[in-house]
Amino acid sequence: MSIDENKTKAASAKGPDVCPTKRNQLDLATVKEQIADTTGPEYWRSLEELAGTEEFQEMMHREFPKGASEWLDDFSRRGFLKTMGASLALAGLTGCTRMPDTEIVPYVKQPENVIPGRPKFYATAFTLGGYASPILVESHMFRPTKVEGNPEHPASLGGTDIYAQASILDLYDPDRAKDITYLGDVRSWPAFMEAVKGPMSVETRMAGSGVRILTQGVTSPTLASQIKSYLDANPQAKWHVWEPVNRDNVYEGAKLAFGEAVETRYDFSKADVIVSLDADFLYAGFPGSTRYTRDFAARRNPDGNMNRLYVIESTPSSTGMKADHRWPMRAGEIEGYARTLAAGIGTGFAAGTAGFNNPAGGATKFDKTVATDLSGHRGSSIVIAGDHQPPSVHAIAHAMNQALGNVGQTVFYSEPVDANPVKRGESLNALVDDMRSGKVDLLLILGGNPAYDAPAELDFASALKSNAVETKVYLGTHRNETAELCQWHVPEAHYLESWSDARAYDGTATIIQPLIEPLYGGKTAHEIVTILAGQPGLTGHDLVQQYWQKQHTGADFDAFWRKSLHDGWIEGTQHAPKTVALKSASFSATQSMPASGFELNFRRDPSIYDGRFANNGWLQELPKPLTKLTWDNPIMIGPAMAERLKLNFKDVAELEFNGKKVKGAIWIQAGHPDNSITVFLGYGRTRAGRIGTDTGFDVYPLRTSQAPWFGDGAKLTAVGGIYQLASTQGYQTMETPVGERPLVMERSLEEYKKEPNFAKEEEPAKDLTLYKPQEFPYEKEAYSWGMAIDLNSCVGCNNCIVACQSENNIAVVGKEQTLKGRHMHWLRVDAYYNGPRDNPKGFFQPVPCMQCENAPCELVCPVQATIHSSEGLNDMVYNRCVGTRYCSNNCPYKVRRFNFLLFQDWETPQFKLMRNPDVTIRSRGVMEKCTYCVQRISEHRIDTETASVREGKEIRIGEELQTACQQSCPANAIVFGNLNDPNSQVNKWKALPRNYSMLAELNTRPRTTYLAEIRNPNPELQSGLQSKTEALVPEAELQAERT
Amino acid sequence: MATQTQIPAPDRRVPVIAPGHTFSTITDKISNIVLKRPISLGWIFGFLIVFSMMNVLMMCLGYLFVKGTGIWGINIPIGWGFAIVNFVWWIGIGHAGTLISAILALLRQTWRNSINRFAEAMTLFAVACAGIFPLVHTGRPWLAYWLFPYPNTMNYWPNFRSPLVWDVFAVSTYLTISLVFWFIGLIPDLATLRDRAENPLLQKIYGLFAMGWRGSARHWHRYESAYLLLAGLATPLVLSVHTVVSFDFAVGIVPGWHTTIFPPYFVAGAIYSGFAMVLCLAIPIRSIYGLKDFITERHLETSAKVMLATGLIVAYGYFMEGFMGWYSGSQFDSFLLWNRFHGPYKWCYLGLLASNILIPQVLWLKKFRVSTGWLWLISFVVLVGMWLERFIIVIVSLSRDFVNSSFGMYYPTKWDWMTFAGTIGMFLTFMWLFVRVLPMISVFELRMLLPEAHVHENAAEEVKP
Amino acid sequence: MQIFPRSANAIARASLVLTVVVVGGLLSGLMLLERTPYITNAGIRKAQPVPFSHQHHVTGLGIDCRYCHTSVETSSFAGIPPTKTCMNCHAQIWTNAAYLEPVRESFRSGRSLEWTRVNQLPNFVYFNHSIHINKGVGCNTCHGPIDQMPLVYQYASLQMEFCLDCHRNTEKYIRPREQVFNMRYQPPSNDLMGVHEVAFNGKTYSDQESLGKALHEQYNVRSVKDITSCNTCHR
Repeated sequence: MSIDENKTKAASAKGPDVCPTKRNQLDLATVKEQIADTTGPEYWRSLEELAGTEEFQEMMHREFPKGASEWLDDFSRRGFLKTMGASLALAGLTGCTRMPDTEIVPYVKQPENVIPGRPKFYATAFTLGGYASPILVESHMFRPTKVEGNPEHPASLGGTDIYAQASILDLYDPDRAKDITYLGDVRSWPAFMEAVKGPMSVETRMAGSGVRILTQGVTSPTLASQIKSYLDANPQAKWHVWEPVNRDNVYEGAKLAFGEAVETRYDFSKADVIVSLDADFLYAGFPGSTRYTRDFAARRNPDGNMNRLYVIESTPSSTGMKADHRWPMRAGEIEGYARTLAAGIGTGFAAGTAGFNNPAGGATKFDKTVATDLSGHRGSSIVIAGDHQPPSVHAIAHAMNQALGNVGQTVFYSEPVDANPVKRGESLNALVDDMRSGKVDLLLILGGNPAYDAPAELDFASALKSNAVETKVYLGTHRNETAELCQWHVPEAHYLESWSDARAYDGTATIIQPLIEPLYGGKTAHEIVTILAGQPGLTGHDLVQQYWQKQHTGADFDAFWRKSLHDGWIEGTQHAPKTVALKSASFSATQSMPASGFELNFRRDPSIYDGRFANNGWLQELPKPLTKLTWDNPIMIGPAMAERLKLNFKDVAELEFNGKKVKGAIWIQAGHPDNSITVFLGYGRTRAGRIGTDTGFDVYPLRTSQAPWFGDGAKLTAVGGIYQLASTQGYQTMETPVGERPLVMERSLEEYKKEPNFAKEEEPAKDLTLYKPQEFPYEKEAYSWGMAIDLNSCVGCNNCIVACQSENNIAVVGKEQTLKGRHMHWLRVDAYYNGPRDNPKGFFQPVPCMQCENAPCELVCPVQATIHSSEGLNDMVYNRCVGTRYCSNNCPYKVRRFNFLLFQDWETPQFKLMRNPDVTIRSRGVMEKCTYCVQRISEHRIDTETASVREGKEIRIGEELQTACQQSCPANAIVFGNLNDPNSQVNKWKALPRNYSMLAELNTRPRTTYLAEIRNPNPELQSGLQSKTEALVPEAELQAERT
Repeated sequence: MATQTQIPAPDRRVPVIAPGHTFSTITDKISNIVLKRPISLGWIFGFLIVFSMMNVLMMCLGYLFVKGTGIWGINIPIGWGFAIVNFVWWIGIGHAGTLISAILALLRQTWRNSINRFAEAMTLFAVACAGIFPLVHTGRPWLAYWLFPYPNTMNYWPNFRSPLVWDVFAVSTYLTISLVFWFIGLIPDLATLRDRAENPLLQKIYGLFAMGWRGSARHWHRYESAYLLLAGLATPLVLSVHTVVSFDFAVGIVPGWHTTIFPPYFVAGAIYSGFAMVLCLAIPIRSIYGLKDFITERHLETSAKVMLATGLIVAYGYFMEGFMGWYSGSQFDSFLLWNRFHGPYKWCYLGLLASNILIPQVLWLKKFRVSTGWLWLISFVVLVGMWLERFIIVIVSLSRDFVNSSFGMYYPTKWDWMTFAGTIGMFLTFMWLFVRVLPMISVFELRMLLPEAHVHENAAEEVKP
Repeated sequence: MQIFPRSANAIARASLVLTVVVVGGLLSGLMLLERTPYITNAGIRKAQPVPFSHQHHVTGLGIDCRYCHTSVETSSFAGIPPTKTCMNCHAQIWTNAAYLEPVRESFRSGRSLEWTRVNQLPNFVYFNHSIHINKGVGCNTCHGPIDQMPLVYQYASLQMEFCLDCHRNTEKYIRPREQVFNMRYQPPSNDLMGVHEVAFNGKTYSDQESLGKALHEQYNVRSVKDITSCNTCHR
C-alpha cells in the first residue's frame, strides 16, 4: 500500500514507533553503524524506520540544515527511499538475473493439523456499532489474510460488508498504537495495573461513586455481564455509552409506539411492497443490511414474483437508486409524508399538514397510489424508517405495519440487541456534566473516539482535557484525538487478536476467537474490566468461556463450545419474536416546517463510517457508491440549488449552521432534494494516522444533540477557489450527443414480459475474425470459465471491490494518483444516471475483466504477456510484462490497471504479513488486471485432480469454487463457474433471455456477461419516470474547464 | 541523354545552381565552411544553448528510469502520451531525407543534389530522436530486449502479431539503411576534406572515414552502383516505416485509430512534416552560410510545392475520417467526430485544421513560395500542426473511447514538456555539429550540376565500346 | 594524400568476416552464460548448518522421502522437517556427534535451524508438489540422484525451458505413481543393453512411449495446451 502521495503532516512524520523515554542525540556515525549490518531492501527499510524517529530528524537538522525540511515531509522521505530501491532494482536487473541465497526456517516442533502451504479458515465476527457481522477468516500459516462471509450464519449467508472486508487492513495498520503509554511515555502492563489499583481500592470503598465507564455500543453478553456485575458491586459507578452513528431514534420510536425499546427486524423475502422512509437498508452500516440485501435481491427476479420498492429519501443512496419509484424529499418533510401515507391506509392518522410535495398539504396522486399498493398487500409489505428520522416517524411506521398486518409476517419485534440501549446523546451528556462538576475520579474510555465525534455543544474534548477528572484511561487501537487527552493509553487488541462475543442484528451470538497473537500486546475491554472487578489475570478466553458455561444447560459443554467456535454462531441465541401492542394511534409531530435557510443533513460516510475507518487506505480509496469520490467528503447539493447559488463542482463553499462555520468543496448530486444540503461525518481527522489525517473536512463541529441528523437554517455561500475532488468515474450518464450507449440495459417489467430478449445485440458471426476461431476449441476442454452479473440484484454496495483488493494484493495509490486517473481497482462499479436531474434513475454496473474470447489486448502485446489460457481465461503474466500499456489502450472496457509508479509498499513489514501469498506482488511498470481469481481456480483444480487420481474416478470442480467478489456479494449478483458443465449456475443464468454482453458489436465475445436490469414501476405512476435525459455536467469536461 | 551542345533539362527553368560557379569555387565555398578557422562565436553560442537543451533530455531520462513512467501525465484510459506523440512526429520528420536522396535520385531529379546531404543528416538525427521514445515509454525499459526474437531460457517468443514488434524491425532497418546510405554518399567529400585540410589530425580523421577514396574511375563506378543499390533499398523503406508506425494505431480497435486510411495518410503526413523541417533548416542555413547560390529559390519553391501536394493528401485523410464517422453509422465513430469538434480538446483539433490545411493553402501563390520569410513561417506552422495531429490521434482518441465511465483527461506534466524540448535540443545539437564538421552540401554531386560535368559524362560515354 | 597503406585493403576484407564472427560470438556467448551454473546454481552445493547427507539417510538407511517431506503429496510445499523429526532418531543415536550439536541446540532452545534454500524458484512461479507427485512425476525427475548426494545440490537448471520441456511432452517422463518415490526407477527400454520392462495395471511395457500413453489415460493428465497455459505457473 503506497502512501507516498498522501498529504502527511508532522503527526505521522513523527512516526508511530518513537520511544520518547530516551532522547539521546544521534550523529551520522551512529546512523551508519545502526544500518551497517543490513543490506539490500532491508537496508532501506531500517533507514526509513530510523528516519521516522525524532532523533534522526534532529540529527538531520544539525548535519544538513538544508535537506532537513525535505526529510520531515513524509512524501519526499519515502520518495528518496523508493528512488534508492528503484536504482537498486535497476542495478540488479540490468545484469543477468541471479537469485540471492535465501533461508528455509522449519518448525522446531510442528503443530498438529498444520500443512505448510495450505490455508485454514476460522469462524469469528466483526462488529460495527456493536452489531456483529459473522465471518470466516482465511489464515496462511497463522497470518489472517482474507475475510469472507459465514455461509452458515443467518445474518450473513456468505455475504459480508465493506467494513468487515477492510478490517483485515486495520489489523496490519502500521500506525496502530504499539505500547501502553502514560503521558506519552512507555509503561508496562503490570505498571498500569499497579497505577490503577490505588484509585480502584479508594473507589470500591465509595461504592465506585467516582468511576465512569464509557463504551461504544456493546452487544457482547460477556462484557455486558462483566460490567453489570461490577455495577452491582459498586452501585455508584456508572456505565455510559456513545456512538456518533447511533440508533437512538429507533429505540425512542419503539418506546413512543409500544412504550418499550424493542429491536425491529424485517423479512424482505416475504415482502411484495416495500416503502422506505429515508432508510438506506441496503448499505453497510445499517444493522442486518447483509441479510436484508440477500433477501431483497432474491425478490428482484422478474421471472418470479418481483417486489416493488418505493423510496422516499433526503439523501440519494444506493437503496434509492434501486427503487422502482424514488421521491427526493427534505428529511424534515418526511414525517408529514408518513402521516399522509398512514392516513391513506387507514391507521386513523390525520393527513400531515406537511407541505412535503404539495404546499396545500394532504394527499397527492403519488402517496395515494403508494397507499393503495400497500393496502393491497396486507401482511406482505414493509414500511421501514431510517435511523436518522425522528422517533415519531418510526412510531408511524410501526403503526402502519400494525395496520397492514405485517407484524409477525414481514416485521418482527424482539429484545434490543444492544446490551445497554440507553439514549446515546443523553448518556454522554450526563457523563460530561459529571466530569465538569468533578464527580468523576476514574474515567475508563473503552474504544471509540468521543474527543473527535461527540456532539459539538458538549465540547467533550475540553471536558476531558481539564483536570476535573483525576485518572483518565483510554483503550483504543490508535493514538488518536481522544488518546491524546488521556494520561493512560492502552493499545486495544484488534478483533482478530482477541477473545470476545457479539450479537448479530437478530440477536444470534457469535464467539469472537483470535487468529493471531496481539501484534503489539493489545488488550481487550474484557481485560480492562477484570481489573475494575478486581479479578486481574483472567484472559478474554476464560471470561467468554465462563460466561457461556453459565448459559449452557445441555450436558457436554466442550462439544457445545467446539461446535459454536467451528460454526461461528451459537445455536438458539436468536432473539425470539415478541408481541407488543401499539399504545396510541396518534403521535405529536416533532418536526416543524423549515424556517429559513436550507436543511442540513448529517450522514455517516459511505466509506469511512463515522471516522473510525479514516486510516484504512482501502476504504479511503473506495469510490463512494453514487459520487465515486475517494479520499474526501463533499458538501452535497441538488442541481437546481447549485444553479441558483451559481455553484459548480469543486467550488469551495462555506457552510454555516448553529453559528458554526466550516469550509468544504461542493458536489452536485443528481436526485438530491432541493433547498437541502448533505454533509458526511468522519473526515477532517487530526490524529488518524498517516492515511487518514487531514483528509476532507470535519463536520462534527456543526453537529449537536438537538439536531444530530438534520436541522434547518443552514447557510451556504461560495468563498471562491477550487478544491480538487478525486472521483474515479469521469462521466455519469450513458447518453452522448450522438445517442445512448448500450452499456446498462434496462426495461420495466411489462416491457420485459412483452419482449424478453430486448437486451440482446446481434453479435457478429463467430468466424468474423482475422485469427482462426478454432484456435481455442473451448467446448472440448474440461472447464471453460465464465461469469454472469445480475444488474437487477446488484445494489452497488462496493463489497466486491474491497474483497478483490484484499484477495489480489491490490495497491492503494493515494488521492494525487487517483486524481490523475491511476486508481488500481481490478473490479469497479460504474454508477450511471438516466432521466431528469432532479430525480433520475440510477444504475450500478460492476465491471471486472470481461475475459474476452477475442481479446483485443492480447494481439497487441509485443511480448505475449497477456494471452489466452486453454480454459478461456485472459491470463496476465506480470513477470513477462514490459509495460507498453498497449493492451490497456486497446481494451474497450478499460479494466486494465498499470503500476505507473512503485505503488506497492515494499518497505512496511506489517503489509508483508497481510498479503495473499498465492498472488504475485506487482512491481513498478507492470500491467495488472482481474483474472477471475485464477489462484483459486488453480488451487481447486489441483485438489480435485489429486483427489480424482487417488480415488481413480473423475471428479469435477463444483460450485464451491468462488471468486472473491462472488463469495462476498451479499446480493448473490455474481455467478462464476464452468460453462462446459450444463448444470452449472452460470450456464443457467447465461441461458436467461435478459443475458447480454456489453458492447457485443465489437465481437470481443466477453466471458463476463450481464443480466439486464428490470424495474417494477407501479403502472399508475409510469408517467412520473418517463422523461428524457437532461445531460448531467460531465466530470471530464468540467476538469477541462477547471484546470 | 543530353548531347554535347545541349545543356541538360534543368536549365530551362530557374537554375538549381547560380551561374558563374566552377568546380573549384563550389569546392572552396563548401569545404571552407568546415575547415575555416576560427569557429564563429555565433556557432559556439548557439551550440551552448542547444547542448544544454540536450542535457535537459538526459536529466529527464535519468529521473524517468528512477521513478517510472508515472512522472508523465499518462493514466488509464490514456496509456500513451507525449512519448508516442513525439515518436510519431520525429519519425515523420525523418522521412524527407531519404525520400529526397533515394526516390528523387532514382527519378533523376538533379535539383535534389544541393539539399539531399543535410536532408539525410536531418533524417538520421530525427530518427535517432524518435528511436528514444519507444524504449523509454515502457514501464520496464531494461527488459525491452524481450521484443527481439532470440533463443532465451524461457523458450518464449515475442508476439509477432503485435505492431510494436513490427516497429522494432521497421525502425531499426530504416535507421541502418539511412545511415549507410548517408555515409556512402559522404565518402567522396570526406576525401575532398582530407585532401584540403591543413591540420594533420583533421587529415587523419577525415582520411579514416574516407576509407582510402582515391576517386579513380573504378571507385566511381563502384560508388555509383552501390549508391543506386542503396537508393533502391531505401525507397520502399520510406513508405514502409510510417506505414508500419501507422499500424500501431490502425490495428487497435480504438475509435479514431481503427481506420484503413492510416498508412497512406501517415506517409503523406510524414513527407509533409519532413519537407517542412527541411525548409525550416535550409532557409536559415543558406543565408547564414551564404549558400544562396546552391540552395536557390527553385529548391525552396519545389519543396513548397511538395508540401502543398502532401498537405492536400493529409487534408483528404481528415476528410475521410470525418466522412467515415458519419458513413459507418457506428455511434462510437460519430461520437469521436463530435468530441473532436466540441470536446475538451476542441482547440487542438481546430488548431490542427488551421495549421495543416487552411494556412498552407497560401502556397498556391508564388509570392509565398518564393518569399523565404513566409515560407519559413508556414513550414513552422505545419510542423506544429503535424505534432497536433499526432496529439489528436493518440491522446484525444484514447481520452473517450467506448465506456463512458472510463472517460479521462490528459494533462502533460513538466516532465512531458521537458522531454520533448530535450529531444529537440538533441536534434539541434547534432545538426549544429554536422554543419560544422561535414560538408552540408554534397560537393561532388553539386559539381555534377555544372555544365562542365556533362563534358566528362559524355567523354565517359565515348570510352564505352 | 592517403593515410591507408595498401595492406589496409586486406584488413578491410577481413573485417567484413570478423564483424560477423565477433558479434555473433558475443551474442551466443551471452546465450550460453545464461545457462551456466553461475546463473542457474545447478550443481552448486551450498553451506548448511548441518552437513545433512541424503545419500546416507536415503540409500544407507532407506528412509522414505515422505518421512521428512511430509506434505509433499498434499500441499504445494513439500515441507522441511521440524527439528523434532531429526530428534526422533538422534535422541538415541549419534547423541553426542559434534556436527549434530546445532540440531540438539535448536531442540533445546526452540530456535529453528536455518537451512539455506537449495531448489529455489522466483516469487512469480507457483510450483505445486502435490499435483506432480500424484500424476506420476518422480522425485528424481527434477531433483536428480538425490539419493547419491552427500550434500544436496540443485540438479536441474529449473529455468522455464526446463519446466516446459516436460510440460510439452509429459508422456516421456511420467511413471507409475507407486514408482514416484523410487530413486532407483528405470524407465522401460528396449535396446542393445537389453530389455527393461515396467509393470503397470497388470500389463508390462518395454517402451516409455506406450507406458506414457497408458499413464496419461489412467491419471487423465491434462493436454499440453492446458499445462502450458501461462496460469499453470504464473498468477
